[in-house]
Amino acid sequence: MNLAAQLPVLPIITPLILAPITLLLPKGRAPWAWATIVSWLTFAACAFLLAAVEDVGVISYQLGDWAPPLGIEYRVDLANGLVLFLVSAIAAVVFPFAYRSVQLEIDDRQSPFFYCALLICLTGLLGVTITGDAFNVFVFLEISSLSTYALVAMGARRDRRALTAAFNYLIMGTIGATFFVIGVGLLYQATGTLNMADLHDKLAGQSNRVVDAGFAFIVVGIGLKLAMFPMHLWLPGAYTYAPSAVSAFLAATATKVAVYVLIRFIFTVFGFDFEFLGAAFTYVFLPLGLAGMFIASLVAVFQEDVKRMLAYSSVGQIGYMLLGLSFATVEGLTASLVHVFNHALMKGALFMAVACVVLRAGSHSIHAFSGLAKRMPYTTWAFIISGLSLVGVPLTVGFVSKWYLLQASFAAGHWYAGFLIVASSLIAVLYIGRIVEMMLLREPAEEGPYAIPRRDAPLSMLIPMWFLVAANIYFGVNTELTGGLASRAAEALMFMAGGAQ
Amino acid sequence: MESWTDFVIARYNYWIVIVLMMMGLYTVFARGNLVKKIVGLNIFQTSVFIFYITIGKIAGGTAPIYIGGELDHGGGHGEEPLGGEGGHGGESHDVQSIGDHGAEAGASLHSKIENTLDAGDIKAAANELKLGEGAISGEGGHDAASLHTAPDAGPEAGAKIVNDQLVDAGKSAADSIELTIDAAHGAAEAAAYHSEVIYTNPLPHVLILTAIVVGVAGTAVGLALAVRIREAYGTIEEDELEAMDNVAEFGGAAQPAGARA
Repeated sequence: MNLAAQLPVLPIITPLILAPITLLLPKGRAPWAWATIVSWLTFAACAFLLAAVEDVGVISYQLGDWAPPLGIEYRVDLANGLVLFLVSAIAAVVFPFAYRSVQLEIDDRQSPFFYCALLICLTGLLGVTITGDAFNVFVFLEISSLSTYALVAMGARRDRRALTAAFNYLIMGTIGATFFVIGVGLLYQATGTLNMADLHDKLAGQSNRVVDAGFAFIVVGIGLKLAMFPMHLWLPGAYTYAPSAVSAFLAATATKVAVYVLIRFIFTVFGFDFEFLGAAFTYVFLPLGLAGMFIASLVAVFQEDVKRMLAYSSVGQIGYMLLGLSFATVEGLTASLVHVFNHALMKGALFMAVACVVLRAGSHSIHAFSGLAKRMPYTTWAFIISGLSLVGVPLTVGFVSKWYLLQASFAAGHWYAGFLIVASSLIAVLYIGRIVEMMLLREPAEEGPYAIPRRDAPLSMLIPMWFLVAANIYFGVNTELTGGLASRAAEALMFMAGGAQ
Repeated sequence: MESWTDFVIARYNYWIVIVLMMMGLYTVFARGNLVKKIVGLNIFQTSVFIFYITIGKIAGGTAPIYIGGELDHGGGHGEEPLGGEGGHGGESHDVQSIGDHGAEAGASLHSKIENTLDAGDIKAAANELKLGEGAISGEGGHDAASLHTAPDAGPEAGAKIVNDQLVDAGKSAADSIELTIDAAHGAAEAAAYHSEVIYTNPLPHVLILTAIVVGVAGTAVGLALAVRIREAYGTIEEDELEAMDNVAEFGGAAQPAGARA
């Protein structure tokens, strides 16, 4: 039993088993240091796993040596290898970043619980991504969600509205997860299996109401989790009032993993043999994606709270991902996967910049950003660069995403979607531009609640943040890892799904 | 008209599921009290539990607990060294052809036997017999689980295989130690009984046990949040909470929608 053979299970058991140890550590620096080390170990495991998948193709790991259709299987291919890498990389950056922010925002007595919950949330997200078993997805989804509710509620020390936001999230999240379970149950009734690959084989040629209903329940369930446009109402509250580090982590990972699950179910479990799917693309994902792009982005323009603005922007960005996959082409799916990766980089960096402002100014209202360039130049420029990336300026990852999306929409014959993508990017210019104008052109408040000391964020926060900002530029110039991998992953997914339409 | 009522009555369990589901969801959406919302959520989840139990139920089936035969070691893993006679090898081909449904079990047994052709003592053979029985009934049971439409095929096939094995073992054992004969006979009786038993599908039960645990955890977190909200706001009525939040955010003046989550 060498370690290499057990590699696929390491990203799950490392944070899961090591997380409770944080509770035993003395309060102060120790729980944070431990959690950071664990997140780095997890990242290393995911990086090795991605490299191995690139070498050998699909890796299948049988838990407890039970053969797949009956036992639980971990199945890693390029698509989820990429998402695993992304989630663990964001964790490895956010954990070191979190220390000062958490010190300010979380009660010292709670900090061991905080880091424990954050690690368990990471476990859940990685588990959702890696597993090849439909019911296992539900279990990990709830592991990550339950810890997320607790994490969001910990923002109550600064603002009691975190509690109601967490409660709303809990109600919506539980309904979503339960819908998902109903869908999986219906599929089990139709096929007698829970393994995704086996489901795909057994569902082939089946077209009846049981399967249709199962598909609908699963799409609605995951739609709630990924904040698909009309089901996004939990998201702005949760991201606004959660502790800043949690916002950064969740915005960059949680919805991305849910998008991945949706892709996995559509393309691997159902596939193009499933007749209902074409209608779902045309009448659900495409219009809802477009509506989300415009409505959520427009709402973002009028927010007075920067975190809430970024949260609405996230809902809009999810619209791009849905749009990409609704084309049902290799290009569209590539664009979706690339945007999953790139959006995590930019939103992570943006929320980190807000966390730095919260540390110094004590507020995430737009007024706290007034004249920020004179007070916190490094934070300001990090925000501006990742904001430009969100808009889609060349040399940043945002441009790469939009380029792939535009190509895909023209290739799929949805030329109007191409114009709408550009138009909605202009809305992003509006809401990012508002903040940038405040930061660069206004005078900083000398007194009052929004006065900021002339001191930038500490290095422990600046370094991880600039690391992500650099990634925004690096992956904007060098698209080999993201674009290359994503298109190969998309090809594999489309091949499994039964080829292009 | 009668066929219509029959259709409805024959699916009474699904109606229970649907009624509970709608009641639960309605409570979640319509009630402003946070604890009542959680209760609604629980009713909603309960409907899903009943749905899963419905999936697993097979008419006339009994609880998925193995009846008869001693399974002292976990079947199917084959940790013990196996000894078999040459005759076994040929016979296990039969086993395979009979047990189409228990094919996996048969195949694994087959390979085990062929791989260990050197003559072992009879006790070892009897041991293997038990082991094989465990493997077959285990796998057969699982297979039945996946073949929801023909639930009794698996166990029956398994039982056939076991019987076949037993006859052979009984023969070979007959001219040696009495103890093993007894053991073989006991197992044969158990297998005969086994073939009459239909088990309900255990897998949905296991799944729903997991979902119940998740549901309890969710309820606990939800109630804990309700307690904290009560501490922070002094109320758990949603409209009062929203009014207080609006006051905090906009200084009392009502604002257009879109600003609130």
